[in-house]
Amino acid sequence: MNLPTREQAGVLIVSVSGRIDHVASEEFTKALNPLLDRCAQGHPPIVLDFSGVDYISSAGLRVLMMASRRAKAQMGTFAIAALQPLVQEVFAISRFNLIVPCYQSVDAACKVLGA
Amino acid sequence: MKRVIFWGTRGSLPVALTHRDIRDKIVAALTAANGKTFKTRQALDEFVDQLPFAVNGTFGGDSACVEIVGDGPEHFICDMGSGARPLGQAKIAQYGVPNPQTYHIFISHLHWDHLMGFPYFAPMYIPGNRIVIHGCHPQLEESIRLQMQAPCFPVDYAQAGARIEFDLMTPDKPQYIAGINVTPKKQLHAGDSYGYRFESLERTVVYSTDSEHRLDDPAEHDEFVAFFAKADLVIFDAMYSLAEAVSVKADWGHSSNVVGVELCQAAAAKRLVLFHHEPVHDDKQLARLVAETRRLEQITRGIRAPLEIISAYDGLILPL
Repeated sequence: MNLPTREQAGVLIVSVSGRIDHVASEEFTKALNPLLDRCAQGHPPIVLDFSGVDYISSAGLRVLMMASRRAKAQMGTFAIAALQPLVQEVFAISRFNLIVPCYQSVDAACKVLGA
Repeated sequence: MKRVIFWGTRGSLPVALTHRDIRDKIVAALTAANGKTFKTRQALDEFVDQLPFAVNGTFGGDSACVEIVGDGPEHFICDMGSGARPLGQAKIAQYGVPNPQTYHIFISHLHWDHLMGFPYFAPMYIPGNRIVIHGCHPQLEESIRLQMQAPCFPVDYAQAGARIEFDLMTPDKPQYIAGINVTPKKQLHAGDSYGYRFESLERTVVYSTDSEHRLDDPAEHDEFVAFFAKADLVIFDAMYSLAEAVSVKADWGHSSNVVGVELCQAAAAKRLVLFHHEPVHDDKQLARLVAETRRLEQITRGIRAPLEIISAYDGLILPL
């Protein structure tokens, strides 16, 4: 899985796209891991731009929970932004909106988390 | 198989409505009535019927006990939670005494909430009845006997009037029992639990409770998809939200509505029954849960046939 990155206001923005189902979640973990190595105190916050994600399964949500937990353990900041309406509903139904920080847009996330 | 009757649907611990719960329902119903008068009982019933289930009913509080009504004279029951008490009373009322019956009881696991109803299952005290307790735990008989010994219970197991037999089943091995093929499957739960797939010529019912699902294990996912494959009805442990099940309540041995929908969709099952309700959830929360689960099914359905979502409640009868 390709996860293009860019920097905005001191935040590392990671673009995620497509369907993160049971098959893709393993690749998603592998692609995310090197980025999470740098999600630690003294490093830029990481925000996943989810505007290109049109489906996420329980396995994909679990990857996000593990990423968030790892970032927390490393004293880093990890968040998700710009969820499509249906994906946002999946977050709400699964209650993942309560355990992973979610922002309306990348700009909104940068405003809060950026330098 | 003709129908499934839910006698106990609560997880972990039986619960009861409190005076506050009842009062809230009365207030909600009177608020909805808004001063209406009802000239006939029928008009009143029609008004009550259109109220939300959390107002005009309750999901109930007995722990796991589900009856599968087959095509023959023998009875099929999954688990002996506290719902076994009203089930036993209904059987005595229906068949009378003496009128020997055979009961096949399938035990998911040996935790107390799934066994506690057995000492209150009236048919076990009636001579002439035959009770076959099926399960996969080697300590099955020991556990049943243990809860009917002093000081745990005043009536000793030896007082049972019925003939009680134990049948140790083998996981993944189908067994033909009174016209139904029954296949147990090992599930992730403290001390292990077992789901059961019941297959007749025309219908398939899966009973899968107290089962945690490892989301990082594709092989496990595929196994359960095969276990649920094309089932007419899947009774599924939906005790927690997905977020709870993978975080604070990971390793607690239960699953979520989200995983239930995903597995049933992948398995092309027809109906998903949310079961083993969290004891702290009130009727409003359980009603919200089933509404959200229906929405989840709708927005993730894609080109698949619709999956019907039902939330089990004590007394629910589902024709197959």
